[in-house]
Amino acid sequence: MSFLKKLKNKFTGTAAEEQTAEKYEKGLEKTRTSFTSKINDLVAKYRKVDEDFFEELEELLLQADVGFETVMELMDELRFEVQRKNVKDTSEVQSVISEKLVEIYEAGEQETQELNMQEGLTVILFVGVNGVGKTTTIGKLAHRFKEEGRSVLLAAGDTFRAGAIEQLDEWGRRVGVDVIKQAAGSDPAAVMYDAIRSAKSRQADVLICDTAGRLQNKVNLMNELQKVHRVIGRELPGAPHEVLLALDATTGQNALIQAQTFKEATDVTGIVLTKLDGTAKGGIVLAIRNKLKIPVKFVGLGEKMDDLQPFDPQKYVYGLFAEGLQTEEQQEESDK
Amino acid sequence: MAFEGLSERLQGTLQRIKGKGKISEADVKEMMREVRFALIEADVNLKVVKSFVKKVSERAIGQDVMSSLTPGQQVVKIVKDELTELMGGEQSKIEFAAKNPTVIMMVGLQGAGKTTTAGKLALSLRKKNNRKPLLVAADIYRPAAVQQLETIGKQLSLPVFSKGTDVSPVEIAREAIELAKQEHHDTVIIDTAGRLHIDEELMQELQDIKALKEPDEVLLVVDAMTGQDAVTVSQSFNEALGITGVILTKLDGDTRGGAALSVRSVTEKPVKFVGMGEKLDALEPFHPERMASRILGMGDMLSLIEKAQTNVDEAKAKELEEKFRTQSFTFDDFLEQLGQVKQMGPLDEILKMLPGAGKIKGLENAQVDESQMGRVEAIIYSMTPKEKTNPEIINANRRRRIAKGSGTTIQDVNRLLKQFEDMKKMMKQMSNMNQKGKKKGKMPNLDAFFK
Repeated sequence: MSFLKKLKNKFTGTAAEEQTAEKYEKGLEKTRTSFTSKINDLVAKYRKVDEDFFEELEELLLQADVGFETVMELMDELRFEVQRKNVKDTSEVQSVISEKLVEIYEAGEQETQELNMQEGLTVILFVGVNGVGKTTTIGKLAHRFKEEGRSVLLAAGDTFRAGAIEQLDEWGRRVGVDVIKQAAGSDPAAVMYDAIRSAKSRQADVLICDTAGRLQNKVNLMNELQKVHRVIGRELPGAPHEVLLALDATTGQNALIQAQTFKEATDVTGIVLTKLDGTAKGGIVLAIRNKLKIPVKFVGLGEKMDDLQPFDPQKYVYGLFAEGLQTEEQQEESDK
Repeated sequence: MAFEGLSERLQGTLQRIKGKGKISEADVKEMMREVRFALIEADVNLKVVKSFVKKVSERAIGQDVMSSLTPGQQVVKIVKDELTELMGGEQSKIEFAAKNPTVIMMVGLQGAGKTTTAGKLALSLRKKNNRKPLLVAADIYRPAAVQQLETIGKQLSLPVFSKGTDVSPVEIAREAIELAKQEHHDTVIIDTAGRLHIDEELMQELQDIKALKEPDEVLLVVDAMTGQDAVTVSQSFNEALGITGVILTKLDGDTRGGAALSVRSVTEKPVKFVGMGEKLDALEPFHPERMASRILGMGDMLSLIEKAQTNVDEAKAKELEEKFRTQSFTFDDFLEQLGQVKQMGPLDEILKMLPGAGKIKGLENAQVDESQMGRVEAIIYSMTPKEKTNPEIINANRRRRIAKGSGTTIQDVNRLLKQFEDMKKMMKQMSNMNQKGKKKGKMPNLDAFFK
């Protein structure tokens, strides 16, 4: 059974799985309807696994922002694999490709996408550059926790951007959880201090901390973030239990630097890939995973409260691949 | 992590070719491969890269290079010219309507920075064009987007038209334009909600706003960090709305900003402004030729000179020169100089503008810690007037007092004193050089103080 068939079978598993699959499907556009035929078209176009085929594949991945280095590595491995298995037919090569992509993503580690939830209070810190969707993701995540029956508290740590506190406040109202906040312009570390005190006394299960967006090359702002991280750890040893980096799927190669710098400053434990419902694929997460070993934990697939889904590498790779092919096809059609 | 920039890559290859007397076709091919790698790593869209490489190759392999005396220079020029052309030739400005009010629509994806940029643009138009802008809060979807614009309006003392979140954006825009006519606001800046280019319903809403009164500018706000998708996004927005220009935000980050090339080449609309920081005055005109120079590692000298000119007082500079010469430069003068450097903006940004800065290894990551500057200032402020003019009287006792007073250590004080002495020596040498008729001297090496 080919890998893609295996993927397909995954989608037609349990009902719950089907729902998530649908989310991915909706999020990643209506690619699946004609996915098989698209593959067939490519197969038909390239009957042989030759350089042209590889070149087209290479471009497909580059256009998904996977990044040059990772693509080159992947292509080398694929060429090797194809030779080793003596694959001549393009239909066989697909499964090799998908397997390889998932393999690159998992990097041999069977690390779980699960959050590191504690018995008592779990503190989750959100970090990232400006405008990637930290606050929105926090709203969605709070909703998720609440659905699971946990008591949630939010900390409005973005005291800098105009309207940021109000934005988190509004999410708190929508989801029905309390928000710990101070006046705009106050020290974010002080907000965290307050929030942890308050979470402890209320015996909350989860505290999710928002921070102001900052570009990773602003030394002072990164220092401030380190301080926030430090204060949280001081008030609750072992915290934050998760540091999630929000990453915009439309971001290109700079995402790698973002991940690296934020990891150095705050020991990032996972990534939330936001805005995956657009046409961007966020392929850079492959490179990030490959180089920095930071796993993606969630994906944002829309603006609604329940549009946050746990990351599934197989489904993701499937979408990456499927839509890439479709775009390629469309472009060819328009070229005609 | 190996993450070479466009300039490093090109410089490396061009350097190799510069050294040669003649370039073979193979050389061009090799160089173009590097150019291709570099541009893709800089997030320029693959298709744009392809056409760029093809164009440059055609020109480079042709006769003009082969017959040229300095082929390397010729190639540098071709690459730079093409880059500049790709980015839009000359700089362009905001178009104002002949009859008031001028209507400007801000559109783009979520999180690109529309609201902040709307505020920045309003401020810039008021300051530089003497306009009377009205900001319109038409983002009724994102929580607190209206409050965000209102807060920005308050910070800038600019009026913001808002109707809460229950009125449709089209209606809000219509009423705002009406109000602008009555109250004589000559410019209306409509901040729309971020949306996906594939969201037909919301794209229709933008078309409806556009239909109210043909806007004079429809500005697409694009995050400078955008990857390959920049092409799809800008193409869709352009097809749906006919954008008139682009504002590139977050360019103060360390992204290569290849999206600028992509967007420009698919929409053929100019980049009009760039966002250079979170402060509301951090909106700058886009200079294609400077950007091209910068990408090629030639440094953004023009910007630097311009910055220096606006901030350094001519008379004071003369006075300072005199002091250099007569060796009467004191800590007071030094403080003043520090102040001027600070006014020019963040030091690391200034460093990046220096030509060749991209080549100096490690400088890219050399972060000038501005708090160091504060420490230096604190030390100087802790000196008595006498100490400031005669630093040689500062003995161990005084050093201890200064360190205590400034909250630093004696080592910090020692270091500053030593560096100050070195600087004075250097100045002496330089002014001697000047007198011998050698051309202009350099400014003293300030950065030694902030390591």
